[in-house]
Amino acid sequence: MIWQRKRLTLALAVVGALSLVLAGCSGSNQPAGTASGGAGATGAAAGSASVWFLSGQPKEGMFTKSYDAWNAANPNRQIAYEVYANDAYKEKIRTAIGAGEAPTLVWSWGAFGVVDEYVAAKQIISLDGKVDQALSRVLPSVADAGKLDGVQVAVPNGDAQPVMLFYNKDLFKQAGVEAPIKTWDDLLAAIPKFKAIGVAPFSLAGGSKWPDLMWLEYLADRIGGPGTFNDVVAGKANAWSSPAMLDALTHIQDLVKADGFQSGFTSTAADSHADVALVYSGKAAMILQGSWVYGTFKADTPDFVSGGKLGSFPFPAVSGGTGDPSDIAGNPSNFFSIAASANAEEQQIALDWLNQSNLDGTMVDTLIAGGGVPPVANALDKLKASDDASFLVDAYNLLLNAKHFQASWDQVLSSTAAQELLTNLDMIFQGQITPQEFADNMNKTLS
Amino acid sequence: MSVSYASVGTVGTTAPGAARRRTGPSAWLAAPAMAFFGLFALVPLVGVVYFSFVNWNGMGPMTWTGLTNWRAVLGDDRTVHAMWLSLVVILVSWLVQAPLSLLLGVFMAGRQRYRAVMAVLYFLPMLFSSAAIGIGFKAMVDPSFGLTSHLGFAWLQQDWLGQKLALWTVLFVVAWTFVPFHSLLYQAGVRQIPAVLYEAAMIDGASGWDQFWRITLPQLKYTIITSSTLMLVGALTYFDLFYVMTQGGPGVATRILPLDMYLTGFRSFEMGKASVIAVILVVVGLTLSITLNKFSGAQRMESQMEGV
Repeated sequence: MIWQRKRLTLALAVVGALSLVLAGCSGSNQPAGTASGGAGATGAAAGSASVWFLSGQPKEGMFTKSYDAWNAANPNRQIAYEVYANDAYKEKIRTAIGAGEAPTLVWSWGAFGVVDEYVAAKQIISLDGKVDQALSRVLPSVADAGKLDGVQVAVPNGDAQPVMLFYNKDLFKQAGVEAPIKTWDDLLAAIPKFKAIGVAPFSLAGGSKWPDLMWLEYLADRIGGPGTFNDVVAGKANAWSSPAMLDALTHIQDLVKADGFQSGFTSTAADSHADVALVYSGKAAMILQGSWVYGTFKADTPDFVSGGKLGSFPFPAVSGGTGDPSDIAGNPSNFFSIAASANAEEQQIALDWLNQSNLDGTMVDTLIAGGGVPPVANALDKLKASDDASFLVDAYNLLLNAKHFQASWDQVLSSTAAQELLTNLDMIFQGQITPQEFADNMNKTLS
Repeated sequence: MSVSYASVGTVGTTAPGAARRRTGPSAWLAAPAMAFFGLFALVPLVGVVYFSFVNWNGMGPMTWTGLTNWRAVLGDDRTVHAMWLSLVVILVSWLVQAPLSLLLGVFMAGRQRYRAVMAVLYFLPMLFSSAAIGIGFKAMVDPSFGLTSHLGFAWLQQDWLGQKLALWTVLFVVAWTFVPFHSLLYQAGVRQIPAVLYEAAMIDGASGWDQFWRITLPQLKYTIITSSTLMLVGALTYFDLFYVMTQGGPGVATRILPLDMYLTGFRSFEMGKASVIAVILVVVGLTLSITLNKFSGAQRMESQMEGV
């Protein structure tokens, strides 16, 4: 008898486990359902907007805090949130929007590329006149990156992310290299010095592919100015085979041939922060990355940062190039749009949150404390008072003084062209194709 | 030497014709399963064939483009490269995994000391999720921080997921993951071989080697076919380990056909072209399994036990 009862318990346990699994499957399709931490996710359908945002500090904590506070203050108008990793989010959001299951607030990188496709498919709404209060807190140049054909379709929601060179001050001292490196020739001259002390000059997460792009974005701009890439965006015939673009690609291959990057860089991944770890563990001297890695350094190795061992400077000039050395590449910010598939009540909750809480004092403080550069006006005093003043003030000034802020190419181009770009650039870094072959492949994507 | 067991007797065998009569339960019992199959396999399949003729980016309107997608995909070097890679993956997977799992299965079916303990160890990879396995191995072979670069063996300090080695590294991990499952199949197969056969063979003076080649292997015929079909068709559709470990890179070095389909569909958002690749996968997969069944005689599934 006891044995039989045991068997029954076991069977029940199995059925229970199965139903849990099934429930898990169905729940994950509903943005408002099983939020990973929304205080009031149980608040049923009545008045509940939803949002997905990306993991990674300081922004993850910034949003979590803001939504938790909102949910505590608005028991009947909840915002359920879910957190995703970068690549997973990009794949999921597109499918969700296509299926009419999008969260109310749609996270993006600016009003181009994929957002352009959302607008064409009438999947997000115009925010003209609806978010003036939210925009009043933001730098106008950054707010403009949320405009498409003069219509505001997205609102900046986080830190400005200029790409810069971060370096390990100890290694620079050991190798006898002066920072900042101001020209490309100086940069090439520094390579043997770093190799002499047994470290890689540059760390690069080639396995993730998108970090490769930062090198091309900067070199193309320094050599040929913003027009080099603007021609691509405009769809001009053979824009990828312009002399400046080919020259930039050649510079990249020169750097690879000179052993500029750590050995095995094509299988180093950015998601695991291995690229950043190479710099603070003294295996690589520099890394070209977005300003968000400052937060990564802070979170992963607080002593390295507080000990003043991390430095940064802008990308060097290339002699003979026509680009302005003040130009920066990166992400002007991240953005929120509002999904057309959300009902009026959900949209209103999302709008109210944008106007009342997006990039308010609390969010900006959290951002600064985590080493993020807020794209808001008059932040200088706050930045000067922070623990990370030396980095933040530099980065903020870089942002204010930039003649041109080039948004990440893979975000600006259509998804199809962006994937071709990442694959072909990966092959450039590995020396599998020549700049001319790259240009020929990419010219086919121009429309 | 001759191991003849067919002559032992014919007691208990049924006449082949008798089994042909329909004596089973009503065909209606299959209805729920057929409904599920139709809804979740056939309907999407028809959908994919339809999608292969349209241009669709995952949102917004679809436009009918006829054979454009098919021409583009079949004329694309990358697809051809992906097909070639998939072929390599299928062949190498089978060549590595089939003998290994056969030998392990035969070993585990035996009665040696500590066999059970070792069998448990062999099965461990089966218990892990493949995403976890992928992430684990990726961390282990990381060129800067991985175990392989810190053990102090020069031959281990390779860029295992770099251009030259990535495919072979992933294939090794795939084999590591799937060999236990196939060993389990073989173990079950070996355990079902009647001991009488071995006893008779021993009386006839057959060595262990002879017993393996003349009893174990022939008796495992259908297990080999089942396991090989699973391996070959499985290798055609490998996805998760490749996706987690290399994402098809470096460059396109590990961009096998299923991954090519996924990246085309969910990174480039060219649903039409992705559907073309999906249709190709379905056709090749079906052809492969049907051919295997047909030419191996597994369809007839005649008894190997006649006379035992």
